[in-house]
Amino acid sequence: MKENVLEIKNLHVQFPIHIGTVRAVEDVSLNLRKGEVMGLVGESGCGKSTLGFSILRLLRPPGHIASGEINYHGRDICSMPQKELLELRGRNISMIFQDPLTSLDPLYTIGDQFLETLRTHEKGIKKKIALERAADMLKNLGISPNRLHEYPHQMSGGMRQRIMIGIGLILNPDLLIADEPTTALDVIVEAQFLDLLNELREKFELTIMFITHNLGVVAQASDRITVMYGGRMAETGTAEDVFADPKHPYTQGLLASVPNIKLEQPELQAMPGAPPDLVNPPPGCVFHPRCPHVMDVCKQEVPKSFQANGHMTACWLYK
Amino acid sequence: MKHSPTAAMGRVIGGFTGMGRKYGAEWWILIMGALIIGGIILMALLAPLIAPYDPHDQEAGPQLQPPGREHLLGTDNLQRDVLSRIIFGARTILWVAILAAIISSVVGITLGMFSGYSGGAFDKTLSLIMDSVYAFPGLILAIAFAAMLEPGIMSITIAVAVIYIPTYFRLVRGQTLTIKEELYVESAQAIGAPNLVILGKYIFPNVIATTAVVFTMNVGDAIMIEAALTYLGLGLPPSIVDWGMDLAMGKKYLPSGQWWLITFPGVMISTLALGFTMLGEGLAEILNPRLLER
Amino acid sequence: MKNLLRYIIARTLLTIPMLFILLTIVFAVIRIMPGDPVSAMLGGHAPEKVIEQKKEELGLNKPLIVQYGNYLWQVAHLDLGTSMIFKQKVTSAITDKLPATIELTIFGMLVTLLVGVPLGAYAADNRRSGKDYLIRLFGIVIYCIPVYWLGLMFQMIFGVWLDWFPVAGRTGARVFVSTFEQTGLYIIDTLLINDWAALWDVLMHLVLPSLTLGLVLSGIFIRLTRANMLDVLKSDYILAAEARGIRHFPVVYKHGLLNAFVPILTMMGLQVSLLMAGAVLTESTFSWPGMGRLLLERIYLRDYPTIQGVIVIFALIVAFMSLIVDIIYALIDPRVRY
Repeated sequence: MKENVLEIKNLHVQFPIHIGTVRAVEDVSLNLRKGEVMGLVGESGCGKSTLGFSILRLLRPPGHIASGEINYHGRDICSMPQKELLELRGRNISMIFQDPLTSLDPLYTIGDQFLETLRTHEKGIKKKIALERAADMLKNLGISPNRLHEYPHQMSGGMRQRIMIGIGLILNPDLLIADEPTTALDVIVEAQFLDLLNELREKFELTIMFITHNLGVVAQASDRITVMYGGRMAETGTAEDVFADPKHPYTQGLLASVPNIKLEQPELQAMPGAPPDLVNPPPGCVFHPRCPHVMDVCKQEVPKSFQANGHMTACWLYK
Repeated sequence: MKHSPTAAMGRVIGGFTGMGRKYGAEWWILIMGALIIGGIILMALLAPLIAPYDPHDQEAGPQLQPPGREHLLGTDNLQRDVLSRIIFGARTILWVAILAAIISSVVGITLGMFSGYSGGAFDKTLSLIMDSVYAFPGLILAIAFAAMLEPGIMSITIAVAVIYIPTYFRLVRGQTLTIKEELYVESAQAIGAPNLVILGKYIFPNVIATTAVVFTMNVGDAIMIEAALTYLGLGLPPSIVDWGMDLAMGKKYLPSGQWWLITFPGVMISTLALGFTMLGEGLAEILNPRLLER
Repeated sequence: MKNLLRYIIARTLLTIPMLFILLTIVFAVIRIMPGDPVSAMLGGHAPEKVIEQKKEELGLNKPLIVQYGNYLWQVAHLDLGTSMIFKQKVTSAITDKLPATIELTIFGMLVTLLVGVPLGAYAADNRRSGKDYLIRLFGIVIYCIPVYWLGLMFQMIFGVWLDWFPVAGRTGARVFVSTFEQTGLYIIDTLLINDWAALWDVLMHLVLPSLTLGLVLSGIFIRLTRANMLDVLKSDYILAAEARGIRHFPVVYKHGLLNAFVPILTMMGLQVSLLMAGAVLTESTFSWPGMGRLLLERIYLRDYPTIQGVIVIFALIVAFMSLIVDIIYALIDPRVRY
């Protein structure tokens, strides 16, 4: 088995606000093995993006990591001093965001933004060398190096997202956190982007955490999948296992609500109910108010993870 | 629920602190502003009762006496009691500033609503004029008006009022343009409601809430402009008791060290302006947090 | 570059209607108002004939529309007429006084920016902390202090009590202005002739007036900067910069402040008018021989051509400055030009 790049253990993230505490991430534990793509899926507000942000400790106050560990090659990010953390960001772990239109500073050229990142991490690097490296990176991304002198507003959304990834990879990090990177792109650009991501992953030996609500994208791009619901992990396993044989009732419902050309599907089913209130989550399993197979134990006790058909499921059905 | 006075009081105070908790500092800013304004308005209303001397009395005490037991804030070069002049002066400045704000808001809101609602060349021309006036230094415009008109309460009120008309106009016109596109206005037009009814029934009530905030801030500003004009010797005849004029008079005694003549009128102008600004600021944050950021 | 030039030309043309309206308003206020300038100047007892003669001399007996035409014609040729009191061209009175106002406003603006922008940015960076509330309170209070009164208090404290700075005029009695007056901007003039003592004297005279003017306006800039910074700090590119490991200071001040400064700049055009108004009052308090003092002196003398001329110049300055501000805006923000 390959070594773990990232190990998250019993992570809790909370946002204290005036009406109470939002428990955005509750007791999440997962590992990212070297070279794999982990897809993190769930509906809006399930805590998947918060989880992504907490890996780089980029939570906006009052959000904070309440307890748990995030180990990057054995170093705990949660207890890391600020200076070390700043070195880690961008050099070892990079992150790209949902909206490529607003992720680049509009007042600086693309070249300036490459330069700033390089200079921050490699003190005293010559401007010429830095710009050459940026130009090389652009070639990798299929963008003409001439565009280094241009401003973000002169480029299309897809191009900006590629540039974001380029700036993210310029220092050869081994972990990339992609927070809904294709949500703002149209379908064709999305497909191109996913191909590029695959290419880069091999070239740069990347481990990727791919956060999305789009099941189609996740099926295409990931080796393993973690499904999140209400701040907790519902199910985790290889992409084939989870898609072919979903175990958690939430995953089953999620797959039944998406059109699928390949699978024989009688009709689309909307999931009844609404996502849980994370300030006052329901007792027991957070999914129980919406679950078609709800049992008494579900209303009282939080389910542990159970092995079911080769993957882990947090559901009492598989006790 | 209990019906004792203490319980009622408790509910009122509880309500206040509850609001305080909900809105935080903004709420206390609003309360502070309201208290300052209330205090000064009360002082102006009760002026004849609380002022120790007639503000025009030129034999109230010795000349240029520093603050002391007999004259709490001292006396001026004409042997008048500074405290009494401060108390009576509040009447002038409050009257002028509030009246000016009323005049400019009525004119500005009316023009802004009609201009925004009717559109076309009329709207374009009026907007251009208002934008130009808005860009021009208000004080200099007020100076020009005050210089051209005979000194008097009405003249200075008009001079101050003129410069704020564009503020209301721009705000109200902008809002009218937005509201005009709303479905309920369009459907009212579709069923043939007269324009005046639409303006009065649908547009005016929507516009009035935000103008309330601007009105409060506007009075604060008008206070400083009024005092500025009279400080420069414009707008009012010397027979009227006014903080700005007292400040100008006190200025002559600054080199010889009679500090009380300039200190107290200035403190009063600042405090009164501060009261209205705080009230407006608090209202704005509570009603519409984005209003003042523009 | 070509785009920028086209933008500048288009923006310049847009200034013309605004200028036209401002000139018309000035004319309306001065000429159409009740009261007759000539009899006001000569006093109520002047014989009818003298009044008529003076009116003819000034062209005031012609129909209003002709007067208006003449006035626009004059302004277009940068001729503002002749003073009614002194045998002096209005333009020459203005060119005498304008540099003093320019010097004062430039330094006032400098104080405003140096105080308001960093404080506002710092407050936004520390939002909802004690420092934030303290800075905001300072902003509100300083905004409510009338500029002329702050000037008086500074005169009293730093001039009369502590005797650190001079309280009136642009130079001391021992400095002979005639020996160096070239541009009228005394800082440049004294530098031109290498007279360090005079430069020091000029600077000392500038301290209190520019502090007074600058501090009062800084309240507005604290608010503007803070509000815009709060918006900018929420944006994705700030988060993205943090995710790249850029240190907090450059994130907040290089990316944050520069982006927040763009909307601040657009509002600066309006601040120019506050600066001008503040300058008039500051000049009055500090006996600063600039445009504001000229305006007030001539108002007391009822010298209408000069009053009108000074206000026209203020209108020109406002229109010109809003043009300049927009051009700077286009230079900073590459998005504007397209």
